[in-house]
Amino acid sequence: MNILQKIYAVRLRQAAFLFAILFLLGFTADYGDTIVTGSIGEPRTLVPILASDSSSGAICGLIFNGLVKYDKDLNITGDLAERWDVSQDGLQITFYLKKGVKWHDGALFTSQDVEFTYKSLIDPGVRTPYAGDFQVVKRLEVIDDYTLKVYYKEPFSPGLASWGMNIMPKHLLEKEDLNSTKFARNPIGTGPYKFKIWKTGERLELESNHDYFEGRPYIDRYIYRIIPDTATLFLELRGQAVDYTSLTPIQFRRQTETEFFKKNFQRFNFPSFGYTYMGYNLKDPKFKDIKVRQAINYAINKEEIIRGVLLGLGRVSTGPFIPESWAYNKNVKPFEYNPEKAKALLKEAGWEDQDRDGILEKDGLKFSFTVITNQGNDERKMAVEIIQRRLKEVGIEVKIKIIEWSAFVSEFINKRRFEAVLLGWGLSLDPDMYDIWHSSKTREGEFNFVGYSNEEVDRLLLEGRRVFNQEERRNIYNRIHEILYEDQPYLFLFVPDALPVLHKRFKGVEVAPNGIGYNFIKWFVPSSERRYAR
Amino acid sequence: MGRYIFKRIIGLVILLLGITIITFAVIHLAPGKPTDLETQFNPKVSLEARERISHLYGLDKPLPVQYIEWLKRLIKFDFGVSFMDSRPVMEKILERIPVTLAIELASMILILLIGIPIGISSAVREGSFYDRSMTVFVFIGFAVPTFWLSLVLMDFIGVRWGALPISGIKSLEFEKFGFFEKLIDVSRHLILPVAVSAFGSLAGISRYMRSSMLNVLKQDYIRTARAKGLREKEVLYKHALKNALLPIVTILGLSVPGLIGGSVIFESIFSIPGMGRLFYESVMARDYPVIMGVLVIGAVLTLLGNLLADVSYAAVDPRIKLE
Repeated sequence: MNILQKIYAVRLRQAAFLFAILFLLGFTADYGDTIVTGSIGEPRTLVPILASDSSSGAICGLIFNGLVKYDKDLNITGDLAERWDVSQDGLQITFYLKKGVKWHDGALFTSQDVEFTYKSLIDPGVRTPYAGDFQVVKRLEVIDDYTLKVYYKEPFSPGLASWGMNIMPKHLLEKEDLNSTKFARNPIGTGPYKFKIWKTGERLELESNHDYFEGRPYIDRYIYRIIPDTATLFLELRGQAVDYTSLTPIQFRRQTETEFFKKNFQRFNFPSFGYTYMGYNLKDPKFKDIKVRQAINYAINKEEIIRGVLLGLGRVSTGPFIPESWAYNKNVKPFEYNPEKAKALLKEAGWEDQDRDGILEKDGLKFSFTVITNQGNDERKMAVEIIQRRLKEVGIEVKIKIIEWSAFVSEFINKRRFEAVLLGWGLSLDPDMYDIWHSSKTREGEFNFVGYSNEEVDRLLLEGRRVFNQEERRNIYNRIHEILYEDQPYLFLFVPDALPVLHKRFKGVEVAPNGIGYNFIKWFVPSSERRYAR
Repeated sequence: MGRYIFKRIIGLVILLLGITIITFAVIHLAPGKPTDLETQFNPKVSLEARERISHLYGLDKPLPVQYIEWLKRLIKFDFGVSFMDSRPVMEKILERIPVTLAIELASMILILLIGIPIGISSAVREGSFYDRSMTVFVFIGFAVPTFWLSLVLMDFIGVRWGALPISGIKSLEFEKFGFFEKLIDVSRHLILPVAVSAFGSLAGISRYMRSSMLNVLKQDYIRTARAKGLREKEVLYKHALKNALLPIVTILGLSVPGLIGGSVIFESIFSIPGMGRLFYESVMARDYPVIMGVLVIGAVLTLLGNLLADVSYAAVDPRIKLE
């Protein structure tokens, strides 16, 4: 090979390499395009500490950051905080903040902003629903611009996760009344997206923050369309005017099983952060006996409910934790469907069909009760109907009553005017459940409305809040999980799947225990597939 | 006349006061509270926090005190701020009115433009095949559920054919458009909703028109006109129509408050940010200031509409004198 040939060969290889790079570029991450999400709800406010609805939360999550956040495997990791130390006694948390983070208006983010957010949270004049977690804080001390120390009145391990609360800019809000500030519709944050427009009842528009501290997001524009009717939302999806939304089980199983959807959309299913249950009023004499509650658990085929109601898109729930969470006890097995065992247990509890009418009696009283649930949730309605039929087979009569949400809450749940209730819990990722299960939380309007009381659970719940070590906490919550399933204050039914659907041009999406949204800023559209020019 | 109007206005104010007392009582007595939040409990939102919010809204005060405070603000034309997002109620209502008004007006004009000719031509050809098929046509419009028709049209025209936008009132790039592009864009978005809403209401107007026309055509003066040898066109459009239109004008007057009322189902299906949705959402969230704001404006319009109707009757009909 002479020298010319060698040079030529090298050139050729270089050219091929260059060509390969160019080719890859077409399919690798690059900045551009727009994502249009469709939602039935409209945000109420973009002041993050006032936002209690999921729509506001979704938008605030793109505009703001907390000190900490959950990573894809549901572990706590730093967000605005670089790192943190928890003192030996668990009474102090020291946060070391990231340096050089800027607000969207260019001002520097410092520990002053954290202090301001904390003070707003505990200010009795601010309409925040999130004061609870911060009232156990004794004080917050700003050490320097990037270091701050939080002192707790007592060790409070859920406290760390509570600093995932979005931090607000002091320099813009200091002199404002948070309840009525214009900031609520024109927010400035530190997050990956900057606020652009909000057209009431139509859409919100955000644009990517080029200076985001974790890197500029690949997708340039985020549009949140408000489409209150689910049928319309689905049509918009089919018309490809919406890129990203959630499906119902029936849409997932039936309406999107078409060539068109397979070609243009990607669908996901993974456990959501919540569960559906039937709660008993434990003050009601019928449900006082644990045998009765266990019998009902044997009488209900949970798999059948999942097949019928969710078309198989869910899993049996055995307790109050997120299945992917470290707190979840995988050794707790669901009771099998066994109507014979149910009948035997009911008999042991003294319930027998004496007058041969198909309904059990005890001391002259028929075993008949009413399950209430809220209007507007077909899954719950269908689940009760299946329960009704299965319980009839073991001799229990169930009546169903469906009530509009607000009336349902204030007249029936808060006042404990119910025999059994079919509801769901959406859960935060920290396993602390003091407010739901502790025996002290049974006043009107508190969350232990079934009236559950178990000394060991009470003790463990308190302990779970004091311990920071995850291994120790795991043992505590695993035990709580076990006791609750044994005690059956709720008939744990199912964990429905989250069913997001996303246009196929978006790449880089990976399902993890934390769902798909955790790496949103890394999603991208190859330049050849863009739909929206800028 | 002046004295009469003055007396009527005093009466109206008292009536309005009564209306506000009753509506205020009714919406506060309905079960549920603004602090019941969304359709899911959030264990992070404690009872204390909800009580605090309730206190900040002034909901822990006795009802009469709340009413008086509300009334004091109303006198200064201050409807208060929404519980949902703390924006002034007036601002929330005013941003919704133009869309609803535009759609309602457009569909009313369309209804008149189509309904009246249908009514007249049916009356003229009473009992004919044409008359009967028009009857079937308008009653189909009346009977078909709006939501179903809307979805079918959206599917065929919006999704499959792609000729018109599916829902909403503006395109995503609306802000970048020039004036005429904006006009075309909004019009394209409004075609389906206006058409569907007009189709549903054709039956009313066309039937009124038909029967009123039939009634008039049987009058003596029509026979006289024909006997005079006037051409049929002149008889119908000059002599009959003028008289037959009077009841339609009355019906139009009655529908004025409806112009800003909007419709929940309709606005939800087409994702139109109008008054119907605002009212529905505020009722669901027990957003008392907004509910009261919408109701008061509705009541004022209805009362004024009535007054206007009475006054204009006197102006039109010499037999009526106002004392």
